[in-house]
Amino acid sequence: MSVLPEAWPDTYGDEAKPRMGFFTDTSICIGCKACEVACKEWNAIPEDGLVWTGESYDNTSELGANSWRHVAFVEQRKPLKVDGGGDTAELDAEPLRWLMSSDVCKHCTHAGCLDVCPTGSLFRTEFGTVVVQEDICNGCGYCVPACPFGVLDKRHLPRAPGDEPLALPVLGKKEDGRVWKCTLCYDRLKGGHEPACAKACPTKSIQFGPLDELRERADKRLEKLTIEGWNGAQLYGRDPEDGVGGFGAFFLLLDEPEVYGLPPDPAVPTKNLAEMWVNTAVAAAATLVVAALAVLGGRE
Amino acid sequence: MTTEMQSYYGRPIVKEPVWQPEIPFYFFFGGIAGASAVLHLGARLTGNRTLARRTLFIGAAADVVGPALLISDLGRPERFLNMLRVFKVTSPMSVGSWTLFISGGASNTAAVLELLGKLKSVKVAAEIVSAAAGPPLTTYTGTLIADTAIPVWHEGRHELPWLFGASALASAGAAAAMSVPSADAGPARRLAIGGVVAELGLMEAMQHRLGFVGEVYKQGDAGRYGRISKLCTATGAALLATLGKRSRAAAIGGGALVLAGELALRWSVFRAGFQSARDPRYVVIPQRERKARV
Repeated sequence: MSVLPEAWPDTYGDEAKPRMGFFTDTSICIGCKACEVACKEWNAIPEDGLVWTGESYDNTSELGANSWRHVAFVEQRKPLKVDGGGDTAELDAEPLRWLMSSDVCKHCTHAGCLDVCPTGSLFRTEFGTVVVQEDICNGCGYCVPACPFGVLDKRHLPRAPGDEPLALPVLGKKEDGRVWKCTLCYDRLKGGHEPACAKACPTKSIQFGPLDELRERADKRLEKLTIEGWNGAQLYGRDPEDGVGGFGAFFLLLDEPEVYGLPPDPAVPTKNLAEMWVNTAVAAAATLVVAALAVLGGRE
Repeated sequence: MTTEMQSYYGRPIVKEPVWQPEIPFYFFFGGIAGASAVLHLGARLTGNRTLARRTLFIGAAADVVGPALLISDLGRPERFLNMLRVFKVTSPMSVGSWTLFISGGASNTAAVLELLGKLKSVKVAAEIVSAAAGPPLTTYTGTLIADTAIPVWHEGRHELPWLFGASALASAGAAAAMSVPSADAGPARRLAIGGVVAELGLMEAMQHRLGFVGEVYKQGDAGRYGRISKLCTATGAALLATLGKRSRAAAIGGGALVLAGELALRWSVFRAGFQSARDPRYVVIPQRERKARV
């Protein structure tokens, strides 16, 4: 008998479904942000401030409680193709490319947020995705720093633009206080539909489907781009052996992950937890020894 | 080692914690509660009644303050009972909530029975349970913050439970040394001094081992709190060691300095996590090196 508790998909028995996910092919992203808008509309996500960052066309800046898709824009003095060619570069003496990438929750195989959630609010669905049950979340905030990608955040509501956050909780007037993130449109999946962002994507940069199929498709796409000599083409989160056991939502990038604000070698913090618990227990035992020595040293 | 790297407009990769000031205060009070329970049992076993009584009340009070701080920090305080909805060994916060629940229940039961002078056998059982829950209560908080993607916390996972354990012993010792007559306060003073020495050594060792990632301990708020902490704990421990036995005033002053220093230590570690999250270099550079090694 295994000492490990039953894991997905066995926990779902007959109700288990194939693992569903996203393959975001950034080589064909045109930066239209239809995914951001569709996500906000479908999931009724509140507005969270209108600012001009001056960072290319990106005014969303990061994923958070109120942004579950985020299109990154990178302007680079780098050629599009490894041989220095490329459509844009040929028009100009200096090479230039504009990278766009729609970021989203990775729905990790080993999800730090899910592991550390003390209430069981975060759970793995029958589709293998990771979802917050908002009727259970008590806003402890542990998942926020536990995510290696900085996806989750606490929502502060209701707030008029420019309002300071409430210093103290006021019953009935409280800010939302719970954490929010991409659900991979769990409600739409239940109804047999694809997530809102994938549905709205006009170039099929965001592809939704069974993860196995997406991985095959991504491998073929990378092969094609490599043959065509695209500069920096690489799959990110495709490898089931990486620090989070592979992403449920993975990417084809045209530069290193950190260029898009992504960690180059993410690892789930609970990877080392067994060793950490042993260390915690030994340290606890050591406090007993120190206290015993202090007491045995005499009364005065 | 290179400190040059690419980033997305210099933006952070991991999120800063959303925890409020309640959390470092909780680490401090939770530590006092856990370590007081241990000191209490030791005093009881060696027949030091004065010390036993005071440490019991100090521990019980800290065991009430701790959960109150935690509940206040929640985004939805009215849902605090959801913490006991499941038990998850993968969540140090879940394990900690149960430990705190058991510790607080036991220490307060014992304290009430001590005041009432009733049900001696139940009181002894509660004291034993409290002393058993105490040690993990002092160390789990180190693992709680280490079990995150914050570089300076996660990479400090080897030392943090030891550091927080030592800090808790120092705090509980100092609190007891302040409230017990010098003639009965020997164990408390020694615990405070020993805790401070261990904590200072562990903090140095951790920062040394962390290297580049640990440099946040020298900067900003973390650096400021760290310097205050060292100054207070070292002076307080020295005062307790030299005059603490003879002078009640020195015991109170020294104990207060140690307490202030240990509180500052929790704040230093807490703020270091925010500073570490804010700068993507601490995420990217170690991960790049890890990839290069494979």
